[in-house]
Amino acid sequence: MLDDFMVRATLAGVGVAFAAAPLGCFVVWRRMAYFGDATAHAAILGVALSLAFQMPIFPGALAVALVMALTVTFLTGRGYAMDTLLGVLAHSALAFGLVAVSFLSGIRIDLMAYLFGDILAVSHTDLLVVWGGAVLVVALIAWRWSALLTSTLNVELAYASGLNPKREQLILTLALAIVVAVAIKVVGVLLIAALLIIPAAAARNLARTPEMMAMMAAAIGTVSAIGGLQGAYVFDTPAGPSIVCVAAILFAVLSIFGWGKGRQIP
Amino acid sequence: MSLITVKDLTVSYGANTILKNVSFSLDAGEIVTIVGPNGSGKTSLFRAIIGATETAAGRIELKPGLKIGYVPQRLHIDQTLPMSVDRFMRLTDRVSKTRSKEALEAAGVPDLSKRQMSQLSGGQFQRVLLARALINKPDVLLLDEATQGLDQPGSAAFYQQIESVCRETGCAVLMISHELHVVMSASDRVICLNGHVCCQGTPAVVASAPEYRALFGTGTGGALALYRHDHDHDHDHDHDHDHAHSHEAAE
Repeated sequence: MLDDFMVRATLAGVGVAFAAAPLGCFVVWRRMAYFGDATAHAAILGVALSLAFQMPIFPGALAVALVMALTVTFLTGRGYAMDTLLGVLAHSALAFGLVAVSFLSGIRIDLMAYLFGDILAVSHTDLLVVWGGAVLVVALIAWRWSALLTSTLNVELAYASGLNPKREQLILTLALAIVVAVAIKVVGVLLIAALLIIPAAAARNLARTPEMMAMMAAAIGTVSAIGGLQGAYVFDTPAGPSIVCVAAILFAVLSIFGWGKGRQIP
Repeated sequence: MSLITVKDLTVSYGANTILKNVSFSLDAGEIVTIVGPNGSGKTSLFRAIIGATETAAGRIELKPGLKIGYVPQRLHIDQTLPMSVDRFMRLTDRVSKTRSKEALEAAGVPDLSKRQMSQLSGGQFQRVLLARALINKPDVLLLDEATQGLDQPGSAAFYQQIESVCRETGCAVLMISHELHVVMSASDRVICLNGHVCCQGTPAVVASAPEYRALFGTGTGGALALYRHDHDHDHDHDHDHDHAHSHEAAE
């Protein structure tokens, strides 16, 4: 069954959606959307370095994404405005990555595969990496759930409860780097943030508690992955962007549904 | 031993010394209010007690196993974060729904558990914060200007609620407040802070201390007059009240 490329692609898409859902909720709640973008854009530099040293893509992308996320975390609160800092770092990293890739004249690289993903070419090994990363991220977030939620709500409240919000921030940063590294193959560096944010934002209209929102986001992400791949197959469209399109349509439909019920919009 | 003992505490941010050689202690069942002008280090002192700020010198000793209920100055719940009152009550402590209901009742808001936090009024929100802080039956309640955004009757009612809950349960209270006239009557002890402890003692002693007058005598003349008017001052009904007020305020 796993020999069918569509089955592998679907499993990979669902794996990423599964990990991106709870993390995406924190990205939305903590207003870290641009932070996710910056980390993802930096990963292309990791891809270039991995190819240059003829290493597998995953560890290189993970390492650079992690360095980027830690740098941003470290510099925030040291006199730089967050959005300016991210604007500088994200686009610099993307530009340096693209330039670095161009130096690799010996190897023929399909840059599009890393910018927009190449989910239909997912191998058995890729599938293992995606699901390994997804299980790790979900386990990490489930383990720290209550602490992460308290730190997100109020830093002083977290300290007074004996938690360390800085450590929780690091855990989120680590989880983000892992999701970015595993999602490159599926949606590419340019659309990873979409997969984090759109399902979580769509789930907001349906949820009464944080847990419910994370579970709804996972469901919406899964439907988007499956629907997007089917759509890509039927209409012969690029797979990664098709997944994001389905998520966006779900977001729009659920938002209208939410307004109809008089709920708050995100 | 005391619940909280602060000894010669010094807190600095870079070259700025916020607190210098601050010492005080809080005993079981006591209600202590910290007053001080803006920038006097009140919030830094609180942050140091809960471990959110590094201390430059001195010691903070908490009684082993001390349970702290913390009511923050303000709590912003992002619009994107769905949070029912019931879920918020069980944020940090795994407690039963019954206990959550009890705590909401104790804080004076028994019927809110199904509501979303974002739908509450300012007064309801602060009471839910209080209820959450009370939920694991803390030994001490820390309140950092917990009535910001409430009007005067609202904050007076809020402090009365705190006083009655804590007198009943024996929970100690350490609170920061700007509203001297409202909180001082409920306090066993007042600590006047301005980078260091200016003076401390019973509300009446602090209110008449020269150090306290130097800090609050002019800037908050109205508030002080109101406090004195409520508790110290016998009305002389031979002359009109407006005159008496302006006389106090100008003092």
